[in-house]
Amino acid sequence: MRRAMLAFGFLVAAWPAFAAVQPDEILKDPVLEARARALSAELRCLVCQSQSIDDSDATIARDLRVLVRERLQAGDSDAAVKAFLVDRYGEYVLLKPRLTWHTIVLWGAPPALLVVGGALAIGVFRRRRVATVTGLTADEEARVEALLARDE
Amino acid sequence: MIVEIGHYALVLALVLALAGGTLPFWGALRGDNRLMAVASTTSVAQFLFVAMSFAALTYAYVVSDFSVQNVVENSHSLKPLLYKISGVWGNHEGSMLLWVLILVLFGALVAVFSENLPLKLKALVLSVQSWISAAFLFFILIASNPFLRLDPAPLQGRDLNPLLQDVGLAIHPPLLYLGYVGCSISFAFAIAALIDGRIDAAWARWVRPWTLTAWCFLTLGIAMGSYWAYYELGWGGWWFWDPVENASFMPWLAATALLHSAIVMEKREALKIWTILLAILTFSLSLLGTFLVRSGVLTSVHAFATDPTRGIFILCILCVFIGGAFSLFAARAGQLSQGGLFAPISREGALVLNNLLLTAACATVLVGTLYPLALEALTGEKISVGAPFFDMTFGPMMVPLLIAVPFGPLLAWKRGDIVAAGQRLLFAFGAAMAVVILGLALMGTPSALALFGVALAVWLMVGALSEIAFRIKLGRVSPAESWRRGAGLPRSAWGTMVAHFGVGVTVLGIVGSTAWNSETIVTLKPGEAVTIGSRTLTMDGFVPISGGTYTGTGVRFTVRQGGNVVATMEPEKRLYTVPNTPTTEAAINTFGFSQLYVSLGDISADGSTVVRVYWKTLIALIWLGALVMTAGGMLSLSDRRLRVGAPKPARRPVAVPAE
Repeated sequence: MRRAMLAFGFLVAAWPAFAAVQPDEILKDPVLEARARALSAELRCLVCQSQSIDDSDATIARDLRVLVRERLQAGDSDAAVKAFLVDRYGEYVLLKPRLTWHTIVLWGAPPALLVVGGALAIGVFRRRRVATVTGLTADEEARVEALLARDE
Repeated sequence: MIVEIGHYALVLALVLALAGGTLPFWGALRGDNRLMAVASTTSVAQFLFVAMSFAALTYAYVVSDFSVQNVVENSHSLKPLLYKISGVWGNHEGSMLLWVLILVLFGALVAVFSENLPLKLKALVLSVQSWISAAFLFFILIASNPFLRLDPAPLQGRDLNPLLQDVGLAIHPPLLYLGYVGCSISFAFAIAALIDGRIDAAWARWVRPWTLTAWCFLTLGIAMGSYWAYYELGWGGWWFWDPVENASFMPWLAATALLHSAIVMEKREALKIWTILLAILTFSLSLLGTFLVRSGVLTSVHAFATDPTRGIFILCILCVFIGGAFSLFAARAGQLSQGGLFAPISREGALVLNNLLLTAACATVLVGTLYPLALEALTGEKISVGAPFFDMTFGPMMVPLLIAVPFGPLLAWKRGDIVAAGQRLLFAFGAAMAVVILGLALMGTPSALALFGVALAVWLMVGALSEIAFRIKLGRVSPAESWRRGAGLPRSAWGTMVAHFGVGVTVLGIVGSTAWNSETIVTLKPGEAVTIGSRTLTMDGFVPISGGTYTGTGVRFTVRQGGNVVATMEPEKRLYTVPNTPTTEAAINTFGFSQLYVSLGDISADGSTVVRVYWKTLIALIWLGALVMTAGGMLSLSDRRLRVGAPKPARRPVAVPAE
């Protein structure tokens, strides 16, 4: 099964070797088609490994691409199309999970990590600056002068 | 017989690993030089025995010994020799053996090439390395043995997977493993330092070449995998944020952070605790990657639960080593003395910012990769975290990091002058602005994001050059003097410049191929043509093709630009005979740094063929940039200070003429 991940080291998974939109699926209206492509890139091919329906040649991916285009032609907004698909296939179909209580950690983690990391770094600077010796003693200044003079 | 010798060599290697993990360790604790000296011998011997074992398995593959179960399942007598050999690591058991082979290879290299390492530190490092190899050798012998025999032996092997018959794929795993497993050395050094309770600038200098080597291989391995995906998959994507890719990307991010923080430790003895932590984290992420890929947990939490032997085994190894390392870290970190002080605006400060952003980005990838698994395990709810998530979270973290890159090398240690650094980068800033204005003038109103991306890439590249120009006083002294100064600069300075320049090159490739990517999907009959950008592709007709293990059809295209023939391209559809598998091979033609990419869809009986044509602006720069980064790493690796033994007082980079 090409779809199945190859048992092969730390490799990228084996994607189908040919992929994506067929000529007969493409909508006449370029604006709608562009929206369909953008939407497709955010929808998961349900039987594939990390592939969007835009990249996959699986039958279900094709069905979903056609479905997305049908909904768009029927006048649905992007959000309505997504909601329609989530109703049918669950949150799993979205490659970018919606912000809910279940995904709050996922979405919150990156900014939280930055803020906490930044705060820690600043904290360390603050604490250590207190201990910083300010300036050189007269004796040290003299030694620096001597050293510099020697190098000239 | 040879197979049994291989099997037995593996058992001997395990015994040696156990000896190498205990005797020198005991010696280091008791101060017994003779016991400590055992470490080098056991490390080299481990390598010899594992190499013997690996050679035996390779032999079984080359002669197609179908009495060996592993060969039956993963080879076929009709495979070309190269792919018989690469088949050795094209499966679970063999790839784990390769993993261990590289692990003991690094151990042996440390044993041979670290003569100037203090005996105690060397003994501890090699002991830690032996513990790791003992754990994985035990795993191979118990749960993943490639030497099991079959009786009766079948006449033919079962696998001839055409997707694995690819040169890129044959060398991708060894490269990646050299990077992954190479991180074990900095881990071993970190653990040894924690046990020893002593850590200083010399430590950072000893670890540096190993970290750099691992980083170079990791960079090459990831780039290679990405290029393979690009040409093999047939639609021009090159990075998918797939968990398996993330598994290799996380150690790379952590190793990049480690390389930078280790500089601070080496030059200023600061960030010691953090550097140790990063060394542990980097290898932990490698182990985590091994677990993720090897346990099957990625395919589904349930698949993992149904056949958990191997997964649980690796998970145990993971827990023991990561848990043990962090416990040791928690117990000992407090005893490490604080190093040199520095102001926030300084070289150290810039490297802290680098580390903050790289580790936050790495953690983001980690959370995104593991979150769906954790959520499913806890609540049974299935969600997907894919490319759009990472683009939104990882991307924004990279922007400030990339903007800051050129400043770093221009800031002085301890207390830097950001205004002076900015002045030295005025030219780079001007170049970036010029690109923006040029873009606006030439292309009307292109996407702001794309313009920003290109400006960022130019900023990075010219910024890297500016730093060197400043240091050799280009234009301020005579060219001869500048040349002399350049020759006098340490190789690591040149390495930094080249690597940072490479980052800019990769960024330019990413931005170019994303922003100015055009594609056409059409159905063509022979004689018909399709136009993409300024080029026209005419479908000339079908060409029958046949290789050793496949037959198929190629479609010949002539590419014309302004009426002149500039290229011919021949994408193929192949049918591999055993097993019956169709594949498609894209045709790629490079124009400058941009590529024209043609792949075939279905061919109908009447000859009309679905053709996908992509124009990928500057896409080759993505991988070229990775090569440049690797070259920078290697240049830095050749720096004199990494070859000389004990740290010496910094050599004056340029001799000042006597007055």
